[in-house]
Amino acid sequence: MTDPLIRMKDIEKHFGSVIALAGVSVDIHAGECHCLLGDNGAGKSTFIKTLSGVHHPTRGEILFGGRPMHFADPRDAIAAGIATVHQHLAMIPLMSVSRNFFMGNEPVKRIGPFAFFDHDRANRITMAEMEKMGIVLRGPDQAVGTLSGGERQTVAIARAVHFGARVLILDEPTSALGVRQTANVLATIDKVRKQGVAVVFITHNVRHAMAVGDRFTVLNRGRTYGTAARGEITPEELQDMMAGGQELATLESSLGSTV
Amino acid sequence: MSDTPQVVQDERVKRISPFRRALIRPELGGIVGTVAVFVFFGLFAYDSGMFNSQGVMNWSVVSAQFMIIAVGACLLMIAGEFDLSVGSMIGFAGMMIAIFGVTMGWPIWIAILVTFALCLGIGALNGFIVVRTGLPSFIVTLAFLFILRGFTIFLPQVIERKTIIGGIGEAAEGDWLAALFGGKILGGLFRWLGEIGAIETFSRGTRQGEPVVDGIPMLIVWALGLVLVGQILLTRTRFGNWIFAAGGDAESARNSGVPVNRVKILMFMFSAFCATVFATSQVMEFGSAGADRGLLKEFEAIIAVVIGGALLTGGYGSVIGAALGALIFGVVQQGLFFAGVESSLFRVFLGVILLFAVILNTYIRRIITGER
Repeated sequence: MTDPLIRMKDIEKHFGSVIALAGVSVDIHAGECHCLLGDNGAGKSTFIKTLSGVHHPTRGEILFGGRPMHFADPRDAIAAGIATVHQHLAMIPLMSVSRNFFMGNEPVKRIGPFAFFDHDRANRITMAEMEKMGIVLRGPDQAVGTLSGGERQTVAIARAVHFGARVLILDEPTSALGVRQTANVLATIDKVRKQGVAVVFITHNVRHAMAVGDRFTVLNRGRTYGTAARGEITPEELQDMMAGGQELATLESSLGSTV
Repeated sequence: MSDTPQVVQDERVKRISPFRRALIRPELGGIVGTVAVFVFFGLFAYDSGMFNSQGVMNWSVVSAQFMIIAVGACLLMIAGEFDLSVGSMIGFAGMMIAIFGVTMGWPIWIAILVTFALCLGIGALNGFIVVRTGLPSFIVTLAFLFILRGFTIFLPQVIERKTIIGGIGEAAEGDWLAALFGGKILGGLFRWLGEIGAIETFSRGTRQGEPVVDGIPMLIVWALGLVLVGQILLTRTRFGNWIFAAGGDAESARNSGVPVNRVKILMFMFSAFCATVFATSQVMEFGSAGADRGLLKEFEAIIAVVIGGALLTGGYGSVIGAALGALIFGVVQQGLFFAGVESSLFRVFLGVILLFAVILNTYIRRIITGER
């Protein structure tokens, strides 16, 4: 295997007396979907915020492309190619898909001393990118508010990739979605991965993770249980590791293995 | 999971009718209202002189006044903020021009430029406080409504012992910058129109033979210019996209790298700029500055913007719509006068149309965002 795109070594993050991350090590390769699983409070949020430049690790080292990286803020991380797609804070419902897609990165066309928003180009690129992702728009001027939750996630992912993201962090992209929308988002992840982007897929749903994941890392109480590749681990084992084992096993037997 | 793009039309996405498509254009309400108002007064007040050249000029000037402040209020509202200090700013700016130009005797062009700088600074302060404290702009600009009005009454009383300062007409005689606000253009065209009989001429008095309308006031030129610039800025530039984004969802916009705070502060300054243009034109026209000028203008501007289809919550609206809202305003206000209707009924009309506009806009918002 080639060198990892990102290597996080023994990351610790303390908030005052609380130890949110107690030595987490993860490698992320280009073109893989790396699933980060964990129950609520396992440290998933702290982990991705550390990776995306929001938090600075208390201890440990992050290597990006072999070099140690120190991001002052999330904008540095974005500029370096690490994009985070948040579950809610990504799209503006009242604006068109095209205007959303290019928000903050508007293409301009110069006429004399004036720079105008190049709507033709923006619309063309938006329609092409959406078609690649399998979203049929009535037109580039369709408002994002009319899209489903899954489609919005897909637009946000397509946007991040279009603007040069090499690492895409997806923060629970499927947690609020229905079955079919979830399938669409997972299909999007698959397409993005095949373009050579490293996807960090945060979820607590083992089935979603198994559907697209290449490797799986389970976080529990601020620690990793190591990383397993696809085929090396069963969904049941992942589930047990997330929940910390025993209790869920007893629970599960009484619920008839449906959790 | 297949690689083939799934380009299948979703059977649950209903085709939307052209009617609904038209409905989500923000200008629709303004267009319908404008047509309705002209039809109404065409039927009931056609013979009153409202549609001869003088009558047209009369409501055009009033509409242009509304338009100037509506453009500023419109862009600010789309960026997600209000400015309730517009009316007081109009009074304050006019008074400062009078104090600098008449009491202190500065050349009028310097008085105008200094006043513009002062008012833009106050606009920036408004914006800065809103952005920094995170307080609703409603509260911050309400404070400035009182602060500026207070100074507008206090300063002339202390300096001149009165609340109206006159003599601006004489002071502005021959001033190049004053002419840009108080002058008229196309005088030759109107003289020619009078000669060929296209518009009426005075038949008696000292101005015999001259056309009754002798040019387009600069006020109207400013109004149309601001509408044009505002519309292009909003719809055709990247800054326009930032205005929509800042008002649509400031947090998402920040996540995407939009400088939301800068956008908002600049829009507060633009609102102040429009108020100062209004004030300068007004003092040049009246030749005096009064402490009560611009009263309630902030609300009239906001109503025009809302009639024009903008959402009070920001992120959606149109400068053309706001301009049509201002036109409806001007035509109705003057039309009721021409039709001989008690002018206090204008306020009733305002309240009713505001209510209808807000209800319509809320409905349109649901269509756009697909909320139920």
